Amino acid sequence: MHWWLPLKGSTFAGEVDGLFLAITIITGIAFVLVEVGLIWFVVKYRQRPGRKAFYTHGSTRAEVIWTAIPAVTMVALGLISNHYWVRIKGRNSVPPNAYPIAIHAKQFEWQVTYPGPDGKLGTSDDFTVRNQLHVPVGRPIVVRLTSEDVIHSFFVPVFRVKQDAVPGMDINAWFQATVPGTYELGCAELCGLGHYRMRAQVFVQSQEDYDAWTKQAAQEASS
Amino acid sequence: MTTVAATAHPAPAHHDDRSFIRKYVFSTDHKIIGIQFLFVSLFFLLVGGLLAMQMRWQLGFPGKPMPGGGVLPETMAPGGVILPEYYIQLVTMHGTFMVFFAIMPLLVGVYANFLIPLKIGTHDMAFPRINMWSFWSFFAAGLVMLASLFVPDGAARAGWTMYAPLSARHDLSGASFGQEMWSVSIILVGLSSILGSLNYITTIINNRAPGMTWFRLPLSVWSLFITAILGLLALPVLSGAAIMLLFDQIIGTHFFDPAAGGQALLWQHLFWFFGHPEVYILILPAMGMVSDIIANGSRKPIFGYHSMVFAIVAIAFLGWIVWGHHMFMSGMNPTLGSSFMVSTLVIAVPSAVKTFNWMGTMWRGNLRFTVPMLNAVAFVAMFVIGGLSGIFMAATPVDMFIHDTYFIVAHLHYVLFGGSLFALFAAIPYWYPKMFGRLMHEGWGKVHFWLTFIFYNLVFFPMHILGMAGHMRRIYDPTQYAFLQPYQPMNEFISISAFLLFATQIIFFVNFWWSLKRGKPSGLNPWQDNGLEWTLPSPAPHGNWERVPTVYRGPYEFSSPQVPEDYLPQTRRLPSDREPAAASAARH
Ligand code: HEM
Ligand SMILES: [Cu+2]
Repeated sequence: MHWWLPLKGSTFAGEVDGLFLAITIITGIAFVLVEVGLIWFVVKYRQRPGRKAFYTHGSTRAEVIWTAIPAVTMVALGLISNHYWVRIKGRNSVPPNAYPIAIHAKQFEWQVTYPGPDGKLGTSDDFTVRNQLHVPVGRPIVVRLTSEDVIHSFFVPVFRVKQDAVPGMDINAWFQATVPGTYELGCAELCGLGHYRMRAQVFVQSQEDYDAWTKQAAQEASS
Repeated sequence: MTTVAATAHPAPAHHDDRSFIRKYVFSTDHKIIGIQFLFVSLFFLLVGGLLAMQMRWQLGFPGKPMPGGGVLPETMAPGGVILPEYYIQLVTMHGTFMVFFAIMPLLVGVYANFLIPLKIGTHDMAFPRINMWSFWSFFAAGLVMLASLFVPDGAARAGWTMYAPLSARHDLSGASFGQEMWSVSIILVGLSSILGSLNYITTIINNRAPGMTWFRLPLSVWSLFITAILGLLALPVLSGAAIMLLFDQIIGTHFFDPAAGGQALLWQHLFWFFGHPEVYILILPAMGMVSDIIANGSRKPIFGYHSMVFAIVAIAFLGWIVWGHHMFMSGMNPTLGSSFMVSTLVIAVPSAVKTFNWMGTMWRGNLRFTVPMLNAVAFVAMFVIGGLSGIFMAATPVDMFIHDTYFIVAHLHYVLFGGSLFALFAAIPYWYPKMFGRLMHEGWGKVHFWLTFIFYNLVFFPMHILGMAGHMRRIYDPTQYAFLQPYQPMNEFISISAFLLFATQIIFFVNFWWSLKRGKPSGLNPWQDNGLEWTLPSPAPHGNWERVPTVYRGPYEFSSPQVPEDYLPQTRRLPSDREPAAASAARH
């Protein structure tokens, strides 16, 4: 069990986690300020006989300060977040050389279609495997997400990637895995009574292992 | 509106000869209607809690027979073991009951009704009969929703957010009648809120007592006013969407079904266009009442009254342009995501202003820790956590990871339980005397407060950690995932804390009932407050005032140097006060 974020398994993970940490620090300061302030006031200004509270209706200066500081912080945070957002999900963010994989979600499984030896989807050498996502390490992958029935959500925690699969829509999500290993892909959007078991294995492999697996899986799929 | 509209009403405070039915059942008295809302929505709060306990059993002890679960039918929990299809009904109905039938009516149905006429100094609502209908359509909605739990293939199953097409097509969800009953019930809830909102807005604009200018209104009334405007604009969208959904379900339209040319995301846009203003409907009244209670408990004027008002208005306004933050991962155009991110982050600013002003109010005060004050301070402490966790989710790259995980569950419970419900635990004992003439028991109130505060945090704080691990929300059995198995002890811990939290609420309910008959008689003004309601007998009589009071100042004149005692009622005339021009009440 971790008390912090899980393994960083993609190129996004460092950026997302960095932003998470930055927000933890900013909100942590605000949190401590407010909670310590509250406790301090509760103890210090608790009722004592014969005392009267200080009669005041406020202070414009204090209010300007505590409006301006959060405002500036939030706008800055928005600009920084947007920089990463555009890189990760922006319209033109998918690298042109990304390796395509199609994932068709349906109640309650992931049908993963691989491009086969020619590296292109929509050709006759494509093959489909259920609930197994194999990807080569260190190479941008673009997943074409579609759905058969209801909304599902493609979620690989170690990649920090999430994208809904919506019926009637074709959505691209990309990532680049960095650490070989076996992970899990889950459905993050309530999709019916089998939502909880709509999971798949994710295998991040070296290019050679991936190619070897592809050859074997293509044969199995066609036989 | 040139003269004070309120005086047009006859006020038979002394000869009340209505029959029992007219007085307590089909009542048009705003106070009785408020109390009706109170009893019914406390009941639904209990129902929502019971549903949550069953979910927590399954999450803490997946697949084990639930104690007492044997009473449930085979279709829900054979042998006491909760089925996945029952679990998703629990998820859906818990959220639905808590949002639409507990928190929203407790805040708005109860306190807008009860407080507005009392606090602005009028005899009743502008449209008492419409007000009565608002309650009864809420009641009918509640019955329909409750009944849907018992129909053959069970209640709705698509989450309280009811995402289409899962919700729209029975072949995909596996529920049929239950889904339709959900839609019908929500249409009725919408009607109830619309009728109520009309009333609150009209009453506040027209029926203020002489001298009760806009900037002498208590913040509770300001926030209820703005909430009513939000309600009037948001609920028709929900009802409209629910009507479309019902058509999809029963008459074969395909608004939300892409397989037949509809749009799945259309539902989300409609739902959240209502849904985000809705979350402010669920917090603004809480903020307003907490402001009143903190000023009273600190014996100090509210710090920055005007900016508190502007913050409410700003939150309400910004609340209309942030709905897309629920849809960052939905496939919506990412550039839209950017603008929704910025507007969402900006909304944290008025929230921060309010927090600092509450602290400013307590600063150098003379703090009395009554039960309402304890809960009000806890509100501030907990709301802050929910507001701050909102910032993580507003940052789109971070939301990519935590969207639809327990981080969201933690956030919404910090604002809705830590925020709204703690505010209610403050407001209920605070205005209880004016409803029933008695005080709730102070000692048990404190026991309830401390235990709730502790167990509440033990339940919901660890959910942030689960969310950071990637624990999806709305899943029936987390142990299906290898990466979540190490977190099972934490799930178990949360569940046990949740059972204790639920048990603690028994104290509250017993205290509430017991005090109705046995509580200490409260007298007129037990909290030594300045509001108009405290000049009336407890309980406040039918028609409230024989002659509406005149108001000389704002509601927060505590510890004023003008008088020896530490409070100065709004109605008390000091030699230096001038009579307000009668017309000014209606115009400013
Ligand atoms: C500082 C202010 C706030 C910010 C920045 C904020 C931000 C957000 C964001 C970005 C989400 C969507 C997260 C996701 O699904 O990925 C969200 C969800 C939610 N928020 Fe807030 N929020 C704030 C205050 C509130 C308040 C005051 C309430 C209610 C009283 C509230 C209730 C909710 C609820 C119920 C959800 C979850 C809806 C669902 O998917 O079931 N939030 N919030
Ligand atoms: Cu929202």
